[in-house]
Amino acid sequence: MNEQRNLGLAGTVTGVALAIGGAAFAGFLAKRHKGGSDDAPLFTRKRPGTENPIVGRTVTIRKPRAELYAFWRDFQNLPDFMENLESIRADGDAHIWTIKAPAGQTVELRTEIVQEVKDQTIAWRSVKNSDIATNGEVTFADAPGDRGTRVSLVMFYDPPAGKLGRAIATLFQREPKAQARHDLKRFKMLMETGEIATSAHTRDATRKAKQQETER
Amino acid sequence: MRALTWHGTHDVRVDTVDDPEIINPRDAILKITSTAICGSDLHLYDGVIPGVLPGDVLGHEFMGEVVETGSDSTLKKGQRVVVPFTISCGGCFHCQIKQFSACENSNPVEKQDMSATLYGHPMAALFGYSHLTGGYSGGQAEYVRVPFSDVGPIVIPDHLEDEKVLFLSDILPTGWMGAENAEIQPDDTVAVWGCGPVGLFAIQSAIVMGASKVIAIDHYTHRLELAKQLGAEIIDFHKTDVREALMEMSGGIGCDAVIDAVGMEAHGFAIDNMIDIAKQKVGIGADRASALKQAILAVRPGGRVSIPGVYGGMTDKFPLGALMEKGLQVRSGQTHVQRYTKDLLEKIEDGTLDTTFLISHRLPLEDAARGYKCFREEQDNWTKVILKPGMERGPAA
Ligand SMILES: NC(=O)c1ccc[n+]([C@@H]2O[C@H](COP(=O)([O-])OP(=O)(O)OC[C@H]3O[C@@H](n4cnc5c(N)ncnc54)[C@H](O)[C@@H]3O)[C@@H](O)[C@H]2O)c1
Ligand SMILES: [Zn+2]
Ligand SMILES: [Zn+2]
Repeated sequence: MNEQRNLGLAGTVTGVALAIGGAAFAGFLAKRHKGGSDDAPLFTRKRPGTENPIVGRTVTIRKPRAELYAFWRDFQNLPDFMENLESIRADGDAHIWTIKAPAGQTVELRTEIVQEVKDQTIAWRSVKNSDIATNGEVTFADAPGDRGTRVSLVMFYDPPAGKLGRAIATLFQREPKAQARHDLKRFKMLMETGEIATSAHTRDATRKAKQQETER
Repeated sequence: MRALTWHGTHDVRVDTVDDPEIINPRDAILKITSTAICGSDLHLYDGVIPGVLPGDVLGHEFMGEVVETGSDSTLKKGQRVVVPFTISCGGCFHCQIKQFSACENSNPVEKQDMSATLYGHPMAALFGYSHLTGGYSGGQAEYVRVPFSDVGPIVIPDHLEDEKVLFLSDILPTGWMGAENAEIQPDDTVAVWGCGPVGLFAIQSAIVMGASKVIAIDHYTHRLELAKQLGAEIIDFHKTDVREALMEMSGGIGCDAVIDAVGMEAHGFAIDNMIDIAKQKVGIGADRASALKQAILAVRPGGRVSIPGVYGGMTDKFPLGALMEKGLQVRSGQTHVQRYTKDLLEKIEDGTLDTTFLISHRLPLEDAARGYKCFREEQDNWTKVILKPGMERGPAA
């Protein structure tokens, strides 16, 4: 499971121009193309029973494309709205993601950017020997009129074998679709309002505070 | 602090709970000076709205003094403000087109799935009103945390006392939007079902908007009397064949516009309503829509149907044929409160609208549970209850 996956993800999702290198990802998409005969955009097609989650979503955010792109391109910002991320730090051209795993553990993941087109798209993938094989792509497209920007996120995870792997798998796969949708909506909130809505009554009752609590 | 909390159907209590804190930069904390019990709270009290959890602090009609502000709040300590019951961010697409009760950013992400499953889209957040709408603590309390305090709250000039402006939080704009959604024209005959606070404000608004005749329908004599004093003609639906009466009162045409200010717990003995009551009791979630069904039959072809009354689920035997064949226009929704507060405050100040005539009881917050019980069981005389955290508890009255 841990062998290198030579995955490359390029092109835009909305334009349905995906160039795929990795076996699992490509195979998955191929099946999807074959089996998924409905009219929904690629990643929201009905396709029950697939094992490795590829998840994707689009939201419309009332902010200019360039502003959203710039925020996302600074990977250190991602943990502000991606729930299972503790931090992302730059290491040369690569990024090191620290992901929260159950029982207070963390997993490190090293990614490199495989494609970027300014103000349009950013795609990344994990480098070899990462604990988790992952890749993702975010695209930014103008929404009609003054509605802002359509932001699409597609992510793919292949967790490692073993106990830790299973734990991470649960973390990401429990509700992979919900996870992507929630992360994107939090991104929207942060961009449109400057904060992420919480109905907590006290500071130690926020989702974030509680998460840190259970991880300790 | 002390706060009115929900524990189950017909079980609300004033408990001691944690004081709210500033969490996000745009938050403010208010010290509540006045808060009210709403007909919508009765739906929670009766257990017909899903997603309420034991310990939830209720209350969405409130005002108070700003005691703490987050770094991005535009409010200042000491200001008196009324807070809209709809929580709106001001920055999303819906807020920008003034559809504040459809705000996309106020309902916390992890709470959105519930209403998205039920309704196809997540709902905006409301104060003190079930986790479907965010699970925010409400204002029937000593203090409340107000998110997006730079968007919703309206600052009140000192010379206007609480009771004149408190209802800007909900029922006054709700009645007003109920009438506005009926698109009233000068020669119109407008019928309003329900003479609770929402119905009464809808009646007053329809008259201000120039309707030639407003007809109020209820079965409580005192509430009907209040409607009459506003200038409405009245129908007691227990004594009268409502549809017959409305046809005659509108010269055989039918009402140009109808307003349902009753909502999902309609009273009455129509057979389908009794079946819906039974279903609601066993928890299969049928809304009792008998007033709305009657309204749809009473409105003239091409007429307008406005529904400020709250519905939460499904209903049986809906007169869909009448809706289509008569070519009706339907408008509804939680009120876009922020859209109306400024104009309505002016109308209160210049005397166009009277907001105090319907207040029947003022109780200390500590007596809130009794307020709920009486507002539900003695509706005719308990037309509107105001709770005051600072008020002394007198001998039981
Ligand atoms: N859209 C919104 O944003 C919004 C805001 C506030 C309240 N509401 C809703 O408006 C409705 C009314 O609120 P309220 O505070 O006036 O409630 P209320 O319970 O005080 O009043 C309801 C009135 O309707 C009458 N009624 C019951 N069945 C009837 C029938 N079949 N025909 C005619 N009248 C009937 C009752 O006798 C009562 O007087 C509720 O459903 C409430 O949830 C909606
Ligand atoms: Zn209300
Ligand atoms: Zn909004």
